[in-house]
Amino acid sequence: MDRKVVMRTEGVRKTYVMGKTQVHALRGIDLTVHQGEMLAIVGASGSGKSTLMNIIGCLDYPTAGTYILDDVRVDRMSRNMLANIRNQKIGFVFQGFNLLARTSALENVELPLLYDRSGRKLPVRTMAKEALERVGLADRMDHEPNELSGGQQQRVAIARALVSSPAILLADEPTGNLDSRTSVEVLALFQELHAQGMTVLVVTHEKDVATCAERIIELRDGRIIRDERISHRRSAAHDLQLLPESPVTAEAA
Amino acid sequence: MKSSTLIKVASQSILKNKMRTLLTMLGIVIGVGAVIVMVAIGQGAHSQIQKQINNLGTNLIIITPGASSQGGVSRGAQSYNRLTVKDVEKIKRESLIVSAVSPVVFTRTQIIGGQGNWRATVNGVSTDFPIIRNWDLKYGRFFDQSDVRQMRRVVVLGHTVAEELFPGEDPVGTTVQVRTVPADVIGVLEPKGQTADGTDQDDVILMPYTTVQTRLSGWSRIFQILASTPSSRDIPAAQAEIAAIMRESHGLSQWEDDDFTVRNQNDLAEAAQGTTEIMTLLLAAIASISLLVGGIGIMNIMLVSVTERTREIGIRMAIGARGRDVLTQFLVESIVMSVLGGMIGIGIGFAGSSVLGQVTGWHTVISPTTVMIALGFSAAVGIFFGFYPARKAAALNPIDALRYE
Ligand SMILES: Nc1ncnc2c1ncn2[C@@H]1O[C@H](COP(=O)(O)OP(=O)(O)OP(=O)(O)O)[C@@H](O)[C@H]1O
Ligand SMILES: [Mg+2]
Repeated sequence: MDRKVVMRTEGVRKTYVMGKTQVHALRGIDLTVHQGEMLAIVGASGSGKSTLMNIIGCLDYPTAGTYILDDVRVDRMSRNMLANIRNQKIGFVFQGFNLLARTSALENVELPLLYDRSGRKLPVRTMAKEALERVGLADRMDHEPNELSGGQQQRVAIARALVSSPAILLADEPTGNLDSRTSVEVLALFQELHAQGMTVLVVTHEKDVATCAERIIELRDGRIIRDERISHRRSAAHDLQLLPESPVTAEAA
Repeated sequence: MKSSTLIKVASQSILKNKMRTLLTMLGIVIGVGAVIVMVAIGQGAHSQIQKQINNLGTNLIIITPGASSQGGVSRGAQSYNRLTVKDVEKIKRESLIVSAVSPVVFTRTQIIGGQGNWRATVNGVSTDFPIIRNWDLKYGRFFDQSDVRQMRRVVVLGHTVAEELFPGEDPVGTTVQVRTVPADVIGVLEPKGQTADGTDQDDVILMPYTTVQTRLSGWSRIFQILASTPSSRDIPAAQAEIAAIMRESHGLSQWEDDDFTVRNQNDLAEAAQGTTEIMTLLLAAIASISLLVGGIGIMNIMLVSVTERTREIGIRMAIGARGRDVLTQFLVESIVMSVLGGMIGIGIGFAGSSVLGQVTGWHTVISPTTVMIALGFSAAVGIFFGFYPARKAAALNPIDALRYE
C-alpha cells in the first residue's frame, strides 16, 4: 500500500498525576493511519480510547512520544498553534454532540470558519450550507439544537466537523447517545464520507459499530493489543434498508 | 477572528441571555444615570451663580474696610471702618483707569407712600452707580450731581418696592416718606432679580449718599466703595492703582499693611464657585460609588457566566478558538454591555434631571463633556471589570472545559 500517511504516533504515553497516584492511561502507542482509511478503536472502559483520541485530536498533549499529523510534528506545539491545527486539520465529533445552545444549526456549522486564521476570504454561509446538505439536513438549517432529534444534532455536529475540509475526522463514541436506528443512520453517513475519501477514526465499544470500519485497533491498559483488517465489513446503509420504519425517526424519510 | 465577526458573536451571546444582560446592565444604568443627574445639578448651580455674578455689574471692583484675611486668619475683625468720602473723591480725581466710582452707605428703613408701607434697604450712592451696576431705569431719571451736592430729598425706587407701593403705576412725581423724611420719586429701576444667596436685588431704594448720611443715618463713614473699569482687561491695573491711592489717602507708611480690601467680581465668583465645585465633586463622587458597584455587578455576572459557559468555551476551543479569541469575546461582551448600559443611563440621567429640575425648580445643566466622560467611564468599567473573568475563560484547557459538567 503506497497511500499517503495522514498521521503517525511513536511511543505516545499519557500519565495523569492525581496527588500521589499516577494513572498510566497510555503506555506507548505506535499507530500509523493512511489517507482514506476508516479505523475503529475499541477496548474496555478505561483502556485509554478517549485519551488517545484527545491527543490525536490535538485537544491534549502527550506526556511523551512523538505525534506527526499531515507531515507536521504537533506534540510540542504551542497552545495557539494547536488551536490552528484543530481548526484546519481536525474534525471532531463527540458523544454528547457539543453544539452551542440557542444557536441555529447553520450558525453552529459556520463557527469553525469564523475562527479561520489562514487569511483566506471564505464564503462562510455557502460552505456551511453545503456541509449541512452533505449530512442531509438542508431543511433544518434554522433549527436550534433543542428543536432537533439526537440523530439530527449529531449530523449537525458532523457537518461542523466537515465544513473546514479536515485531514482527519475523529469521533469518540458518536452513537453512544443514540438509539439503534439513529445509530445506523449516523454510521451510514460515516461510511458514505469514507467512501468519498475521508479518513475516519471512530472510538466505540460496540462490535456492530466497529465492524463498519475496515481496520480495527484494540486497546487494553493503554497498549495496542490488536491491529487487523476486517474481513466481513458491515454496510450500515444496507442494514438501514432492512430496518422497519419507526415513527420516532419518521423525519429521516 | 475579524472584529466585525467578534462584535457579532458577542452581541449574539448578549441577545441570547436577555434577562442576564438586563440585570448586568442595571448597575451601570443606575450608576451612570446617578452621575449624570448629580453633575447636572452641580453644573446647574455653577452656571446659575455665574449668571448672578455677571448680573452684579460690569467689571466691578469692590473696596471694603479692613484688611483681607491672610493665611485663613481674618485680621479685618479688629480694624475699624475707615472708608470716607475723601477716599472716593481721591479715587475719582486721581485714577486714570477707573471710569466710575461710587460710595455706598446702607440703612434699612420703613417707606410709606402710595398703597401703604414697606421695609427696604436704602442705598446711598453717587451718580456713577447705574453705570457701575449696569442698571437701567424703567421710569423717570437718576439723580444728578446737583442732587448729590444739594443733598436733595430725591429717591429712585427698586422694582419690588415700586410694585409694592404703586402696583401697576408709574410713581414718578409722587412723594414717599423714607423713615421721617419725605422724598420725591424721580425714577424706578429695571428689575434685576435675585442674587446667588437668594436676596431680592430689587427690594431696594436709591438716594444720594449725601442725603442718606445727613438725613437718615447721621454718620459720615462709608460701608463700601464700588468702582468699574471700561474693560475687564483693566481690572488688575485698576485694583493696584486704587490700592495705591487708598494707602496714600489713609496715610499708611510702607511698614503698615492695607487697612482696606480691594476685590473684583472674579474674586467673588471664585469664592462662590469654589463651593459649587466642591458640591459637584462630592455629588459626582457619591454617584461614582454606584457606578463602581455597577462595575462589580458586571464582574460578578461575567464570572458566573464564565463558569456557566465553560462547555461553550470548550466547544469553541475544540473547533479552533485560541485563548486570545475567547478573551476578546468575553471582553467585548462586557464592554458592549457596559457601554449599552451607559447609554441607557445617560438617557435616564437626562430624563431624571429634567424631572428633578421641574419638581424642585433647580437649574440643571448637562454638558457634552459630561456625556462623553460618562460613556468613556462605562467603557472603562467594562474593560476593567470584564478583564479578570475574560482572562479566566481564556486560560481554560480545551479538554478540561469540554469535560466540565
Ligand atoms: N483527566 C483525567 N485525570 C485523571 N485520570 C484520567 C483522566 N482522564 C482519564 N483518566 C484515566 O485514564 C484512563 C483512561 O481513560 P479514558 O477516558 O481514555 O478511557 P476510555 O477507554 O475512553 O473509557 P470509556 O470507554 O469508559 O470511555 C482511565 O483509567 C481514566 O480513569
Ligand atoms: Mg471514553
